Amino acid sequence: MIRIRNVSHQIAGQTILQGVDLDIQQGGLTALVGPNGAGKSTLLSLVARLQTLQSGQIEINGQDLQQISHGDLAQMLAILPQVLTSTHRISVQDLVGFGRYPYSLGRLGPKDREIIAEVLQSFELQEIKHRFLDTLSGGQRQRAYTAMAWAQDTEYLLLDEPLNNLDIAASRSLMSRLKSLAAQQGRTIVIVLHDINYAAGYADHIVAMKAGCVVTAGPPQEVVSEAFLRSVFDTDARVIVANDRPLVIV
Amino acid sequence: MLRLRFLWLILALVVVSALFLTLGAKGSWSFTLWFRGQKLASLLLIGGAVSTATILFQTITHNRILTPSIMGFDALFLLILTLMIFGMGAGGYAQVPKVTLFLINLVLLTLASVALFTLLLRDQRSDLMRMVLTGIILGVLFRSLVLFIQRLIDPSEFAVLQSASFARFNKADADLLLVSAVLVCLTWAAVWRMRHRLDVLALGEVLPVSLGADPRRGQLVVLMLISVLVSVSTALVGPVAFLGLLVSSLTYRVIPSWHHGHILPAAILIGGLTLVGGQLVLERVLHFETPLAVVVECLGGLVFLILILRKGST
Repeated sequence: MIRIRNVSHQIAGQTILQGVDLDIQQGGLTALVGPNGAGKSTLLSLVARLQTLQSGQIEINGQDLQQISHGDLAQMLAILPQVLTSTHRISVQDLVGFGRYPYSLGRLGPKDREIIAEVLQSFELQEIKHRFLDTLSGGQRQRAYTAMAWAQDTEYLLLDEPLNNLDIAASRSLMSRLKSLAAQQGRTIVIVLHDINYAAGYADHIVAMKAGCVVTAGPPQEVVSEAFLRSVFDTDARVIVANDRPLVIV
Repeated sequence: MLRLRFLWLILALVVVSALFLTLGAKGSWSFTLWFRGQKLASLLLIGGAVSTATILFQTITHNRILTPSIMGFDALFLLILTLMIFGMGAGGYAQVPKVTLFLINLVLLTLASVALFTLLLRDQRSDLMRMVLTGIILGVLFRSLVLFIQRLIDPSEFAVLQSASFARFNKADADLLLVSAVLVCLTWAAVWRMRHRLDVLALGEVLPVSLGADPRRGQLVVLMLISVLVSVSTALVGPVAFLGLLVSSLTYRVIPSWHHGHILPAAILIGGLTLVGGQLVLERVLHFETPLAVVVECLGGLVFLILILRKGST
C-alpha cells in the first residue's frame, strides 16, 4: 500500500498540492483524474521521488519513502513520465532490456532474458523487437516504453498520461492489456488519465483531484456522476450507464 | 558489423602510428624512436582523453553538441593556472615542480567545475540553447579574466603563462606525460566500470531515477572524471576547443550504438587516429606549414556549425 499523508508542495511560490491524504490500495488499476493543473503529475512524481518531498510523509509498504535506497526503490516502484524522448537509436528489445537494470546492473543474465522475451510477448512487440524507437508510431513507442517499465517487475507502476497522442485503438488496447496484466500478476498500477471515460471504463478505483486536493475516491460506479463532473471539472455533461460502467456523453 | 569496424579502426591506428614512428627518419634509430615515441604517446593520450571527456559530457547533458571546452572547462583550467602564476610570481612558479603544480591545478579544477556545473545542470537541463550560451559566456568570462590578469603581471610571468595557453602538439614534458598517462588510465578504468550506468544515465532525467541510477550522483562522478581528463589534456597541450566535437560526431557515425562499452573505446581510437594522422600529414606531407591545432579547430568548428544549423532547422 502507498500511504500519502499531509503532503503539500510548492513550485516557485505557487501551491501545487495542499495537505493531500491518500491511500493507494494494493492490486488493480487506480486512475488519477482531475482538471489540468490539479497536481496529479506532481503527486505521482513525489511518490516516485522524481521531486523532493517538501512536507508530509509518503510510505510504501510501511517503509518511509525517504529511507529507501535508489536501487531498492527501483525494485519496488517504476514510473513512466509523460514526455518520452530518446536521443539515441535504441531497438525495442534493448529498451525493454533497460527495465532489468535494477536487477542486472547492465549485465543481462538468463533470467533477465527470459523476462524480456515474456514481456515482449505480452505487449505484442515480438514483430518489431529489432526496430529502432525513432521508426515506430506513437502507439508502438508508448507500448515499448510501457513494456520497459513492466519488465522492471515492480509491485507498483506509475504511468503519467500514457494515452497522450494515442488513437482510440492504441488507447483501448493499452488499457485493456494493463488491466488484464495487473489482474494476472497482482500488480498495482496508478495511472494519470485525462479522459474520464477511459478511467470509468477500465479503472478499479478512481481518485479525483482538484486544485491540489483529493476531492473524492472510490470505484467508478460510485464516483462518476453528473454532480461529480460539475464539482470537479466545472462542466455539465450527461452520464449514462453502459455495461455496468458509467459513461460520460461528451 | 561493429566488430569489423573496430578491427578497421585498430588497424588504421596501428598503421598510422607505425608510419608516424618511422617515416622519414634520419640518424640513430634508438633516438628517433624514443623521441617520436614520446610524442606519439602524448598524442594518443590527448586524443583519447579529450574524446572520452566529450562523450561523457554529452551523455550527462543529453545532447551531442555540447563539449567540455565549449562550456568553458579548459578556460577555467587556464584561469586557475593564471591565478597561480599571479599569486606565486614567475620565480616561485618555476621553483615548484611541474608535476606538483599540475596536481594542484587538477584538484582546483575538479572542485571549481563540479561546483559550477552542478549549479548549471540543475536548472537548465532541458533548455539546450540557454545552456550553450551560458557555457560560451562563461568561457569568454574566464578568458577575459585571464587576459585581465595578464595585464597586471610582469613580462617574465607573462612569458610563462603564454607558453601554457596555446595548443601545441609538438612538445610535451616527459614527467608530466607519465603522471598524465597514469591518471588517464585510472580514469578510463573508472569510466569502463560505470559504462552500464552511463547507458542508463543517457536515457534522460526521469528514466534513470525510475531504474534506480541516481542521476545527481552519476552526474557528479562523471563531472569529476571529466575534470581530470580536461586537466590532463590542457596541461599537456593547452586548450583544444573543437577536437572533442569532431571526434564524438565521427564516433556516433562510425559506431551507431548506444552502448558506452562500444562508443567509448571507439572514441578513444578515433581521437588518437585524428591527432596522430593529422600530425603525420602535417609534419611529413605538408612540412609544418600549418599547426595541427589550427586544422583540427577549423574542422571541428565546421562540424559544430553544421550540427547547430541542423538542430535549428528540425
